Amino acid sequence: MTAVGSTALQPLVEQAAQDYQASNKKVNLTVQGGGSGTGLSQVQQGAVQIGNSDIFAEQSSGIKANKLVDHKVAVVGMTPVVNPSTGVTNISMAQLRDIFTGKITNWKQVGGKDQKISVINRAQGSGTRATFESAVLEGKKAVTSQEQDSNGTVQKLVSSTPGAISYLAFSYVNDKVKALSIGNVKPTDKNVTTNKWTIWSYEHMYTKGQPNKATEGFLKYMNSGKVQNSLVHKLGYISIHDMKVTKNAKNVVTK
Amino acid sequence: MDEIQKKLTAPSKASREDVTGRIISYTCIAAIIILVISILYFITSRGIATFTTNHVSLWQFLSGKEWNPGTLNAKGQPQVGALPMIVTSFSVTILAALVATPFAIAVALFMTDIAPKNGAKFLQPVIELLVGIPSVVYGFIGLTVVVPFIRHLFGGTGSGILAGTIVLFVMVLPTITSLSVDALRAVPTYFRSASLALGATRFQTIYKVLLRAAMPRLLTAVIFGMARAFGEALAVQMVIGNAVLMPRNLVTPTSTLTSQLTTNIGNTIMGTLPNNALWSLALILLLMSLVFNLLIRCIGKRGEIKS
Amino acid sequence: MTPNQTDRIATQVINVLVLIVVLILMFLLGDIILNGFPHISWHFLTSPSSPFSAGGGIRDQLFNSLYLLILTLIISFPLALGSAIYLAEYAGNNWRTGLIRTAIEVLSSLPSVVVGLFGYLLFVIQFHLGFSILSGAIALTFFNLPLLVRSIEGSLHAVPDTQREAGMALGLSSWRTIRSIILPAALPGILTGIILSAGRVFGEAAALIYTAGQSAPILNYADWNPTDGSSFLNPMRPAETLAVHIWKVNTEGVTPDAISISAGASAVLIIVILLFNFGARAIGAHMYKKMTGGK
Repeated sequence: MTAVGSTALQPLVEQAAQDYQASNKKVNLTVQGGGSGTGLSQVQQGAVQIGNSDIFAEQSSGIKANKLVDHKVAVVGMTPVVNPSTGVTNISMAQLRDIFTGKITNWKQVGGKDQKISVINRAQGSGTRATFESAVLEGKKAVTSQEQDSNGTVQKLVSSTPGAISYLAFSYVNDKVKALSIGNVKPTDKNVTTNKWTIWSYEHMYTKGQPNKATEGFLKYMNSGKVQNSLVHKLGYISIHDMKVTKNAKNVVTK
Repeated sequence: MDEIQKKLTAPSKASREDVTGRIISYTCIAAIIILVISILYFITSRGIATFTTNHVSLWQFLSGKEWNPGTLNAKGQPQVGALPMIVTSFSVTILAALVATPFAIAVALFMTDIAPKNGAKFLQPVIELLVGIPSVVYGFIGLTVVVPFIRHLFGGTGSGILAGTIVLFVMVLPTITSLSVDALRAVPTYFRSASLALGATRFQTIYKVLLRAAMPRLLTAVIFGMARAFGEALAVQMVIGNAVLMPRNLVTPTSTLTSQLTTNIGNTIMGTLPNNALWSLALILLLMSLVFNLLIRCIGKRGEIKS
Repeated sequence: MTPNQTDRIATQVINVLVLIVVLILMFLLGDIILNGFPHISWHFLTSPSSPFSAGGGIRDQLFNSLYLLILTLIISFPLALGSAIYLAEYAGNNWRTGLIRTAIEVLSSLPSVVVGLFGYLLFVIQFHLGFSILSGAIALTFFNLPLLVRSIEGSLHAVPDTQREAGMALGLSSWRTIRSIILPAALPGILTGIILSAGRVFGEAAALIYTAGQSAPILNYADWNPTDGSSFLNPMRPAETLAVHIWKVNTEGVTPDAISISAGASAVLIIVILLFNFGARAIGAHMYKKMTGGK
């Protein structure tokens, strides 16, 4: 059994697979990265059993989503982060949008220092960017700027570039970057579960059609308390059992 | 009669051995050629899908400046203009080669003519060691040392062509140096002796005899270095900034063919335009690599030292 | 300015350029080794990596790198040797040979991510090799071949033609001459070439992410049966190498000590390559002495 896709989801699935195999000796599980696009393409072609993805299959062109079955295994919250030197700790959603569409270009326009804003975006087509843009940009086009494709690189760049802004999954926020509050809502797990903090997405594990016995066993394990209550938290994700709201592929949130 | 005839006309043990040898070596070369053809075919077939399946015009691809394969522009055409990446790739490659060449030739001269004993003993292993440093490590040092340094000097983000050039300069230095050493060593000693016997100083010998005699092979060395720089991905990706914008100067973020390819290939769905467009970038890289190699071959042919 | 003055100035300029290069080298090596050395410990080298908590090691990655290197050489060396013999001994000096050489050289300048994806789609998916050391080794063969072919061919050419003539004069077939006269004479050079190309294999990451994979399942070092799933010798298991590990902890690593793991692993990598280089030199010199009977 092979699971391929999202690099963000890989550590979680990899560790869960190791634990699962310890008690189910017969199962042979391989977990690899490669990106959400790779995961979706390969599961659609039937080359792998599980395709890990940061985005809904419906949101990816070229994927026949009705052929795939979605298994949501975790929720990841994302937050805008800035270099601490900017002096900003809270902004409004509209300001955030204007920064990423290039309308606001200096931190003093949002109450910070007189410093040029340098936007660091994520790779086009990456799940993180899709989540952020759908929650923040309201369909507007982001300004063309630096792009980095991994949380680690973004974290290093934001912490070292004066005036930098980007966004990171919660688990990559450290003391060298400053996570912004939006409209005085803090980026916490609790705010995500109630959708007070709106920038979050599911981590999906897709199968082609209904999963076979072995795959189903593992997916059940992913959904069990063993994984959801300990591993998921350790890796900085939010358990899907804690969510008080749901979001569909069109970004409509229901309680 | 028959016995003797057989003995004389049948292939000898030696010639049978020769046939075995030929078969073995021909099989190996055939296997390699199949490998090469399969990868060439593979990249070409995927790379031209942008033009055949998605009907993007080649001209638009090569001259457009907007790269946003997922979305359509006002006219309903996909935005796949690779010009900024082509320009940046060439800029970093040429700049890195320009900076690295004087250093490489100086080191090579040092090793062959100025201090051959200590130079070769000490420098050679270190330069070979540099080849083995993974590109990730170069990129990481670029990100934590070079980019902040440039930002400190010029402001802005620090990422851009200059940072890419510096990282590539160090990465191609060993390639160019070790090939230049070979080039200089290939110049027969009697060229040097003759020049010195005429009363020329060491520098006159180097400048007027050595460098000229070795020129074609030195050029080859430089082009080899450029080919390496052109195809380098991970290290460049970390320092170039990855913004598909025409480079306005040396310190604004921009993107090379390889960095765009590496960044986005995992996020695209196979068979769709964004994925095909990336393979077209790979095709450009492949064609350029062919061009570099043809150049090397042409120069190499002209410059063989006849003795 | 007299020629003598020019000579002195030019020499100084060359010396300065060399000094700058040496300084850059020292800085690079110093930076990598000094930053990494404090993190290298017996524990670091002998414990498995940990996906999210601190204190993981690089045991499996280090072993995977070495194992992958050996497999790559097993695949690429015979191919390279045969091809180099063809190019050095059999091929005529014509356009066809030129074409073959160009084709081989093109392999070495392909971007590694392209080779990685090619390997992924063809070997991992099409040939059902899966994410495995074997797929990785085949992908790395693409890079290794041109380097090996070039260095072996160079060593073969360096054997004087008089040796070939001597073989012929003894009535040996040219294959026999190659096998028992030319090859032994070229052996030190060939060995050096192999070990130096090992550096490139050891440092490669992009081509392996999609072929050998980026996960290191728990290995059982007591299981010597290469067909068992968890055996350390199994060539069909996924294997994260040291260079890929460095890439991973730098990009998506969630461990709190990612920076020190990356620094330590880089230093280990450099030290291993350093050992290779010295080994190559020592073996080459030793063999040369043995074969030539010289001092």
